[in-house]
Parts: sequence; structure tokens; C-alpha cells
Amino acid sequence: MPTSTPQTERAATRPATENLLEVSGLEKHFPITRGAFIRRTVGAVRAVDGLDFTVRTGETLGVVGESGCGKSTTGRLVTRLLEPTGGKITFEGRDITHMSVRQMRELRRDVQMIFQDPYSSLNPRHTVGTIVGAPLRIQNIPTPKGQKRAVQDLLELVGLNPEHYNRYPHEFSGGQRQRIGIARALALRPKLIVCDEPVSALDVSIQAQVVNLLDDLQRELNLTYMFIAHDLSVVKHISDRVAVMYLGKMVELAPRDALYATPMHPYTLALLSAVPVPDPSRRDKAQRERVLLTGDVPSPIDPPSGCRFRTRCWKAQDKCAQEVPPFVELAPGHRVACHFPVTDAERTPQGRMAAQHAAAEVPPDTAAEPAL
Amino acid sequence: MINYILRRVVTSVVLMIIISVVTFGVFFMVPKLAGTNPAELYVGKSATPADVAATARKLGLDQPVYVQYGRFVKGIVAGRDFNSGPSKTHCPAPCFGYSFRNDRPVFPLLLDRLPVTISLAIGASIIWLIGGVLAGVISALRRGSILDRSMMILALAGVSLPIYFTGLLAQLIFVHNLHWLPGGEYVNFRDNPIGWASKLLLGWITLALLYAATYARLTRATMLETVSEDYIRTARAKGLRERVVIGKHAMRSVLTPIVTIFGLDIGQLLGGAILTESVFGLPGIGRLSIDAVNTKDLPVVLGVTLFGALFIVVANFVVDLLYAVIDPRVRLA
Amino acid sequence: MKGKGMATDLLASGQPASGGSRPSAPRSFLDVRDLRIHFNTDDGVVKAVDGLSFQLDRGKTLGIVGESGSGKSVTSLGILGLHRHSKARVSGEVWLDGEDLIAASDERVRALRGQRIAMIFQDPLTAMHPYFTVGAQIIEAYRVHNNVSKKVARQRAIDMLGRVGIPQPARRVDDYPHQFSGGMRQRAMIAMALVNNPELLIADEPTTALDVTVQAQILDLIRDLQEEFHSAVIMITHDLGVVAELADDILVMYGGKAVEYGTAETIFRRPEHPYAWGLLGSMPRVDRDVRDRLIPVKGTPPSLINLPSGCAFHPRCPYVGYNGIPCRTEIPTLAEGSDHGVACHIPPAERQRIFSEDIAPAL
Repeated sequence: MPTSTPQTERAATRPATENLLEVSGLEKHFPITRGAFIRRTVGAVRAVDGLDFTVRTGETLGVVGESGCGKSTTGRLVTRLLEPTGGKITFEGRDITHMSVRQMRELRRDVQMIFQDPYSSLNPRHTVGTIVGAPLRIQNIPTPKGQKRAVQDLLELVGLNPEHYNRYPHEFSGGQRQRIGIARALALRPKLIVCDEPVSALDVSIQAQVVNLLDDLQRELNLTYMFIAHDLSVVKHISDRVAVMYLGKMVELAPRDALYATPMHPYTLALLSAVPVPDPSRRDKAQRERVLLTGDVPSPIDPPSGCRFRTRCWKAQDKCAQEVPPFVELAPGHRVACHFPVTDAERTPQGRMAAQHAAAEVPPDTAAEPAL
Repeated sequence: MINYILRRVVTSVVLMIIISVVTFGVFFMVPKLAGTNPAELYVGKSATPADVAATARKLGLDQPVYVQYGRFVKGIVAGRDFNSGPSKTHCPAPCFGYSFRNDRPVFPLLLDRLPVTISLAIGASIIWLIGGVLAGVISALRRGSILDRSMMILALAGVSLPIYFTGLLAQLIFVHNLHWLPGGEYVNFRDNPIGWASKLLLGWITLALLYAATYARLTRATMLETVSEDYIRTARAKGLRERVVIGKHAMRSVLTPIVTIFGLDIGQLLGGAILTESVFGLPGIGRLSIDAVNTKDLPVVLGVTLFGALFIVVANFVVDLLYAVIDPRVRLA
Repeated sequence: MKGKGMATDLLASGQPASGGSRPSAPRSFLDVRDLRIHFNTDDGVVKAVDGLSFQLDRGKTLGIVGESGSGKSVTSLGILGLHRHSKARVSGEVWLDGEDLIAASDERVRALRGQRIAMIFQDPLTAMHPYFTVGAQIIEAYRVHNNVSKKVARQRAIDMLGRVGIPQPARRVDDYPHQFSGGMRQRAMIAMALVNNPELLIADEPTTALDVTVQAQILDLIRDLQEEFHSAVIMITHDLGVVAELADDILVMYGGKAVEYGTAETIFRRPEHPYAWGLLGSMPRVDRDVRDRLIPVKGTPPSLINLPSGCAFHPRCPYVGYNGIPCRTEIPTLAEGSDHGVACHIPPAERQRIFSEDIAPAL
């Protein structure tokens, strides 16, 4: 997906022109089987259903969305922990979509993952040294000063005491465990790290430590991150560009500041307005301006026709049920999949009310019913 | 839900077929490999080779294995005929073959013994279910108390002590020394209910002691786990009385693993409580199987084994169905 | 430092420290005084809550903020009297509408639980019994405190489900919890908590397990219901955004104690405790321009078994030993003015200066 338009990036010093990862039409459908005697496929959970995006060298691409939107599946597809059902993933120009396990060994050196739960993602029976050293052993990476030394260097890099080499995971706190997970991911000096909710299980004060660590490491080691999280504030802090997902689709992808200041997809606007603002004096204003979504996210087994958000969208019209909105660039680097993008006027409640009335005059044939 | 039941039925049938193949193979092929002809076992030691050959023909033992197995299965489903020259013996379905020893069909033999085994299993299971679960609940609720500790020591003893030890000891004390309970033969419930109960009582108790120990430990562990669940906290936060919190909310969850092992245990026991029956001289299926093994009565051994397997498979099936009744998440999935 | 002098009279200003015979009459609807909840474990005494005092009026919301192990959840269970059957040692006073719950009988506290005090828990999936229908669980909560027929209670359950925004409540009442989505489950949980019109509602991380748009719906619902029933609400959370949305007053807990107390406005605008500064500095904000770096609190929250001496926060505090103050040896008290309490040895004027000169500009 070549994007030629110049970007307004947070770190102008970072050369972010080259695409490290290119994804097009990516799909992952989990089949649902039924039948007492003969199992037949009766449908599929369309967890990821046609994604197009790129990750540029040195940048952080934030991916946000609510549970079940497919953001974690996307991370697992990109790291090839899951086999895509369709589409194409290119890493550094190589097609890695259907790489075999053997070929993937090489890919593992370049692409690593950090997981959410620092309690279950570390084997409790192995010492920290074994855990962090495992990638080096498996990949037969030469360690000139010995493996122990290499591991200790990694521990130091992530802010852990290198002398704790022989300790077990349960002797560490949640934040320290997450650091161990980061050290393990860094062992092979990867180019891309997919972080799947890396700080959501941590206390507030510890979250900040880990976010800062990830920031520092990116600068020092020239890492590229794909940062998957549900917390819009953390994503805003760490990302250069942000993608918003809804029900297996990307609905908006834009440079960070543009996305947060001028969201164009109604869902993004709703999502942003729902974040509680830690400022009691703005409480009433925030609540007045909040776009309250009704009902629940529809089932990914049988998603709505056309635009998937239309059942909960205040702007939905007939067209939304009939045509899938294309994911197009509406402003430099700002791509949106919406037939009726949010206008500036609608960023106020009065404007939204007017839009709602306008939409109501042309009622969509499938009225937005509360999803159960 | 119907799908769920159908799937379980199919699994059970397939399982029974596999078991029958394996047991048939073991009982009829192993002697052959060991150099004994099963027909010799029928005709006895003084028979001539011609007699043996004739018997082998009559029983179809001269045929290839798969033919033999096919006839065996047909016998169970539809009955079969045994030809010995001009005379023809019909063995009605379900036919597990003829006993070597007394030339009777195996199935009626099993049916004769079944009431004894059922009496033993049902009686014992009632005692251990009530005793074990109650002890487990009390232990869990009084965790760390002297009562809890002594009950768990008792449970440990219960699991550890073999039945031929506790059984013989009990018999020695209560039957022979104290004369509280009668010795002698087993009597039918219909003929003499009191005699029936007093003859079975020691068997019930010793068997129950063994199983109750397992149930007490399982109940205690599950109960301890359950009372720390969030929904128990919610039940308390609603202001429910402790009696309701434990008796209704916690017990509902504790029941699930209990039902599982109870189903399996009952299935196993109906297949024959071998040790208990021999220790207390009860003429049940377990005794039958011991006698059959001792006299190398292969068809009876095979019949008992398949019969036992059937009980276990059926019990498993019932447990699966009960799961659906207990847990709505299974039923509605 | 004996417990009594610690924080007892933070709000009941003007009252002498209650070292004497009879406690002074409670002034608020809920008046918690010097609450202590200690657990004996094999490793030692865990002082989960150690001398906590606060007050709350009807129609008001108190936010209790803290990280894991700060004692905030233990506090809520303590007010409900749910530690009574455990091995906890509970002392202090919890006055609810003039009645001390700590001194009351088990049966009395049980009768109040779910009736006048109700609770909403964090994870509605595990907090509802998986084997009973949602309706049955609500009906049970109603009938235990009201002598009504099943039919009446069922109608009440359906009404409540409708009131908390569950579509087709008459049909959904017979569903099991796993058939509800996460947001619906939390609504059902709220319906169950509110079925008896409680005067005090304790919400323990009610939205932590939920998505942000659902969280907004649930917070809205709690706010509406509070207005409707005029109940007092205690909102326990680690999320400063959530307290800022709902709370009138905020209590910041650390290591089983309150370290700062004040109105929401005060805590967010003029916080004086270094831990509160740390929390604000740790938090990335969606409503402001991005700072280059977050300012985290160093180290990790303490273990409640082995609390640091003196001020429990001192190993993580950047101002430890500031101008020779005795952070490592003396436990600071909250006893301050009436509406803003800070448990810190740094003199108030100095704290205010540090905040406005060093901390606020970096936030």
C-alpha cells in the first residue's frame, strides 16, 4: 500500500518512509462446525475480514478497538502465530503469508511479540535466565561473551537486576514480569515487535514505567512497534499512527494527532468521546458531548451488510446497508471507511443532533435495532 | 441438545465395539498364541484329539478370527446356533457363548448374579454418598479445625486400607466374635428382607468406607475452591443466609465433579465388586468372575468383562447427560 | 503511633480525638472511623486496611482510588461485613444511618446487606452464579428481604432489568448469565444490586472489565440511578478517569491507609501527596497534547505483610527525607483541615509550592 503523501509525524527525526510490513486484504475466518455424525462447517467467525495497512520502519502503529474487533487476531496473523485465511502479508518485501514452520524460524528473528498477561506468558518452572535465553538457544545465535552474559545484558537493558538471572517468575512483580517478557522479545534483536495489550494488566504507576521503557528501547534499538491496546490514552501516547478496528474491519487509520483531533469515522468519534476524562471540572461538558452508543457489537458470525457499524450509527442511511464503504484517503494519510464521514460541525452535540435528524428523514430500511 | 445426546450415543456405541474387539482378541487369541487350543478347555483333559477337533468345529474355533468375532457379535445381537453333528443348540440373544464348565449360556448366569451385585452397589453408594459428601462439606466449612483434621485422617485411612483387610477384620469382629450379624449364605430380599440386609450390611459399610474417603476429599477440595468464587461473595452480599449460600449456591457447583465420579464408580461396581464379594461370600458378578478365572471358563470371563464395560460406558453416558442438566452452559452451547 | 489519633477526626473537624469512652455521634449517613482489617497469615499479619476514616452523605459519591494491594477492595467488603466469617480481625466503627455495623450482630448485618447496602463487583461473569438464571438470582435477592410471592418478585426483576436498559426484559429474565454480553451482564448485576433500593451502593471496579463505550453507558446508568434513588455511592477504582467522572470526594489509598482526601476538584487541581502526583504523572491523557514522557512512580507497590517503616510510600517517594523530615521513622497522619487531608511530613506550604512549581507544569 504505497502512501506517497507526506506525514505529520510526532518524531520528525525518525525516517518513516520505508514500509517494513505491508498487509493487504488480510482475512482470518474461524470455522464453526456442527452435526452429530458428520461435522460440517455451518459458518465462520469472521474475526478479521479484509485489512489493508502498512507499518513503516521505525514507527509505532497503534491498533485500537473494543473486545472482539479482531485486533489481537491481527497481531497473531502478522507474527504468523495464526495462518491467514486470505490476503497477503509482506515483511521487508518477502511474502510471509503462508510460510512454513521451518521458514518461519528465520522470520522469528525479525518479528517478535509481547503478550498481555505477564503471569501466564512465562513458564513458572523456568528461571528468568532460561526464559530470556531460550530464543538465543533455539536460533543458535552466537553469543561471544557467553549466553549468560548475553542474557544479563538483556536484563539490564530492560531495567532488571542482572543478578536475578537465576530467579523464577513468581519472585517478580507484575511490572517486572512484563520486563522479562520484553527482554525475551528483544533477545533476537527483532525489527518488528507486536505488543498485544502489554500494559493493561499492570497498575497505573507501573504502566507508565513500561510505556517509558518501550519508548526508550524503540529509540535505542530502532524498533518498529505494532501496539495493540484498548486503552485510547496509552495508544495516543505511544503511537505515530493509529488504526481503529470494528468488527473485523479497519474503519479509520490516520496520523495520531489527526485521528484524536479530527476523527472522521462516527465510531472513532464515539470511542474517543467515551473515554473518561480525568478532569472533574470538565465532567459535565464531557458528558454532554458524549456520543452514547446503544446496544452491543453485532456477532462476527453474521455481521451487518454494508457498513458493519451502521446498526449503531446515528448517521446510517440506506446506502450504508447496501454498500460496503471503501477504505479511502480523505485527508493526507488519513483513511476512513465511511459513506458519510463526520464533519466538523458534528463534533458538537448540536451538530450531531442535526445529522441525526437528517438521517432520520431518510430512514434506513433496516432500522438500528438493539443487538442482543 | 438432541445433537449433544446423539453424539454421546454414537461415541458410546463406538466405544463398546472397540472394547468388544479388544477383549475378544485378548480372550480368544491369547490362548492360541500361548499354544493352547480353547477347545481343549471345553472338552477336558482326557479327551482325544478328535474330540477336541469336533468341539472346535462345533464352536467355530476352527474358523479365522474375524469370522469368529463376527459370529460372536451376531450372537450378542441376534442369538446364534451351535451345530454339533446332527443336533443343534440354540443360544438366544444376547448370546455371550456357553460356559465351559456347566455348559450353560453365559447371559442367564450373569442375570442370576446381577441382583446381588446391584444390592451391594446401591446400598453402599447411598451410604458413601451421604457420608462422604457430608463429611467433605463439614470439613471444608471448618477448615483447620480438629474435626476437619480427624475426618481427613479417617479419609486417608479409608483410601489406604485394602478391603480384604477391613472386610475380613469387620467380619471377624462382628460375625465371629460378637455374633451381631449372621454368617451363612446370601438370601433374597423378597424371601427375607432382614436377613438380606444383615448379610449385606458389612459389605455395604466396608465398600462405602473405601469410596466415602475419596468423596469426602473431593467434596472438601471442591467446596473450598467454590466458596472463594466471586459468585459466592455475591450471594453473601445479597444478604442470603449462610445456610442458603452454602446449601444452594455452593452445593450446586460442588455437585458437578461428584456426579462425574459417582457415575463412573457405580458403573464400575455394577460390573462386579470383586474383592468385596469374595470377602463377604456374596454370590454376585464379582464372585462369578473370580470363579470363572479360576476354572479358565473363558466365555464367562469374556461375558463378565463385556458386561462390566457396558455398565461403565452407560454410566459415562448418563453422566454426560446429567452434566447438561446441571450446567446450562453445556445444555445451551 | 496508636491507631486512634491517626485519621479519626479528619472530617469531623472540631471534635476532639476520640480517645475516651463513648464515640461521638455520627454526623453523616455513612461514617467510617478508624477501620482496621487485619488478616493473620502464615507469613505474618497482613494489615490490609489500617486506620481508615471517611464520611459520606446520601446522594453523594466517594471515589476510593488505589493500586493493587492498597486495601481498597478489602475496605468495601469490610463495610458489607463480609469479613465476619473469615479469619480477619476487624476493628473500628462503621456507622450507617446511626447504627454501628461493626458492633451489630451477624444477623443484623446480614439483614442490612443487600437491603440497605448493596454492591456491584468487577467481573460480572464470575460474580453471577453460572448455574442459575439471571432472573432467579435477582428474584432471590428481592425475596430474601421482602416477603412476597415468586410472581411478584419476578415482575420486580423484569422491571429492574428494564430499568437498567436490558431490551425485552420479560424474555431475557430466564436467560443464564453466559447468554448475556459483558455490558448486559453488568447491567443485570446492577439491577440485582438495586432491586431493594439500597441507600448505600458500593461499586468495586464496576467498569474495569468492560469496553470503553460500554463503560460510558454503565457510568451513565449509575449516575442516573443515583439521582433517582438519592443513594450514597462508593466508587472503588484504579482509574482516575472514572473517579473524575463520578466522584464528589476522593480518597487516595496506599498501603492500607488513606494518604490524601479531598473533593474531586482538589485532588485533581491541587493534590499535595507525592503519591497522588505520581498517579497523575503516570497517566497518559487523551484530552491533552502528548507529553514527551510519562512521569512514573519508581519501584513497585509494597507488600502489605512487610510494609516499609514510617511513611509506607517513602521508598518510592522522590522527596524522601526532604529538609530532614522523618519519613523513614514516623508515620504521617491525615489530621489536617476539614476538607483536604494529606498524610505527608512535608509542611503544607512547601507541598503546595512543590506542586505548583515543579509538578503541575510537567503534567
